[in-house]
Amino acid sequence: MMPKVLRFLQKTVFYLLISGVAMAITLPFLWMISTSLKQDEAIMILPIRWIPRRISFQSYRDIFVIYPLLRAALNSFTVSVLTTLITLLSASMAGFAFAKFDFWGKNQLFLLFLATMMVPGAVTMIPNFLVLRNLHLINTFAGLAIPSIYNVWALFLVKQNIMSLPEAFFEAAVIDGGSAFTLYARIVLPLVKPILATLAVITFMGTWNDFLWPLIVLSGDVTKMTLPLALNAINSRWGEHWNMLMAGNLISIMPIVVIYLLAQKYFESGISVGGLKA
Amino acid sequence: MYIGRGRRKALTVGAFLLPSVLGFVLFSLTPIFRSFYLGLTSWDVLQAPKWVGLQNYRELLASEEFWHVIKNSVEFTILYVPLIVASSLAVASLLNGKYRGVTAYKVLFFLPVLTSWVAGSLIWKWILNYRFGIVNIFLGYLGIHGPPWLTDKLWAMPGVVLASIWKDTGFFALIFLAALKGINTEYYEAAAIDGAKRWQRFSYITLPLVSPTTFFVLMTSIINSFQVFTQVMIMTDAGPAGATQVIIERIYRYAFQFYHMGYASALSWALFFFIFLASFAQWKLQKRWVNYDA
Repeated sequence: MMPKVLRFLQKTVFYLLISGVAMAITLPFLWMISTSLKQDEAIMILPIRWIPRRISFQSYRDIFVIYPLLRAALNSFTVSVLTTLITLLSASMAGFAFAKFDFWGKNQLFLLFLATMMVPGAVTMIPNFLVLRNLHLINTFAGLAIPSIYNVWALFLVKQNIMSLPEAFFEAAVIDGGSAFTLYARIVLPLVKPILATLAVITFMGTWNDFLWPLIVLSGDVTKMTLPLALNAINSRWGEHWNMLMAGNLISIMPIVVIYLLAQKYFESGISVGGLKA
Repeated sequence: MYIGRGRRKALTVGAFLLPSVLGFVLFSLTPIFRSFYLGLTSWDVLQAPKWVGLQNYRELLASEEFWHVIKNSVEFTILYVPLIVASSLAVASLLNGKYRGVTAYKVLFFLPVLTSWVAGSLIWKWILNYRFGIVNIFLGYLGIHGPPWLTDKLWAMPGVVLASIWKDTGFFALIFLAALKGINTEYYEAAAIDGAKRWQRFSYITLPLVSPTTFFVLMTSIINSFQVFTQVMIMTDAGPAGATQVIIERIYRYAFQFYHMGYASALSWALFFFIFLASFAQWKLQKRWVNYDA
């Protein structure tokens, strides 16, 4: 047993350390909030003030006036929901086929799918843009979302998950004369809900936060811009208005934080299954 | 396996596979071949692609810019990788402490991971401001005159690295935390009885036992280092004077701003080559230090 004093000391050191790290990580956010609540003339003043002399929500109003930010937020929401639905549907369908059916060339096809994961997105990015251009899908939400019908990682996860389900569920349904579609809709989908939820939060967040792909597909049309594109545009035109930029930042971050607080365990399982990317 | 036979079954399987296979052909398989082909052409999008053989690759290898870009990526990697491994392992060790309130800290540490890179970059662009950024203000409290960070050729890349450490630590920390939680506490108890000091327990028990995770973190962070894009676009616009130009940023510019699709495609294969090489080397080296016994 350790003496009481030593244990108290240890505990104090622990809280000091972890609070120090927490400060380092949180201060940028606090400075963002503080800046967003300042008026133009209060942004660049020394010494700095963490709590503005006059708290003002002006920048939150201004940013909607100078830029169609509400539109961008709706766009972000639309493409994120669309991409998530497409990913879940396609991955769960193919995952079911790979897990529960035997067909010619199955293993070879799956290996081929896995092999494509080695190729970085930058390689396929240019041809994918060209495909969308041929399909007249540039500057459309469909164009942004459609390539997500092919997601090997999601497919793999659902496949593994279905394979781990007890065989008895399927046998019973087959004896009752259920079709493949009923198996998929009545047995597979309800039973793999947790992994679908994990996939959903990760895909939603990934799409909400993505910059490069929307920059390529959507930046030709201001009315189609997602939040990251909008923030980028505001930055290049009103780069000195830090209060407005920080207000826009906060608006763009909040929805994901809310989802995280509601669905924390799915984010964490997303990390453990390797889906969430840094 | 279950339903129908012959044609009926083939149709069923085909229907379920259709979206993925279609996507595979349209957005992965043909693009890979097409990108390889484009890399061997000169193409400005307006006229038909012109076959030039290996000229793009020769040009690339002979260009000063390419090696400059590689140098920048290597600089990022050398600064970022050791720092991210150290910081995320340290944070994970803290989060592994059996004290009250640790879960609340975990939520805090995860906030940067939830933040988009665009938002994160904007925050750091402001924070690294020469005169009014809080980083230099804090350095000032310590009597250090902070550099102009993002507008300085020497300090721009370290600034980008700093932002990246802030953004990614929480992510890798949770990965390390899972590994730490998996270590059998009996090892520590046995070592404590033998009189092992804290740092001895850390270096002789913790480090070897989390080494598979360290390997994963190294692989991932090196691959990520070569694919940095958004932070550079927003924070420095690849400047000043090209000091933060990186591969993906070059690919983007050549393809979608200069319309040199052929050259951009060749660049993307160079990126593939470097990632492949780094992963292969790591894979070969892991025998020497990764411990899979536990």
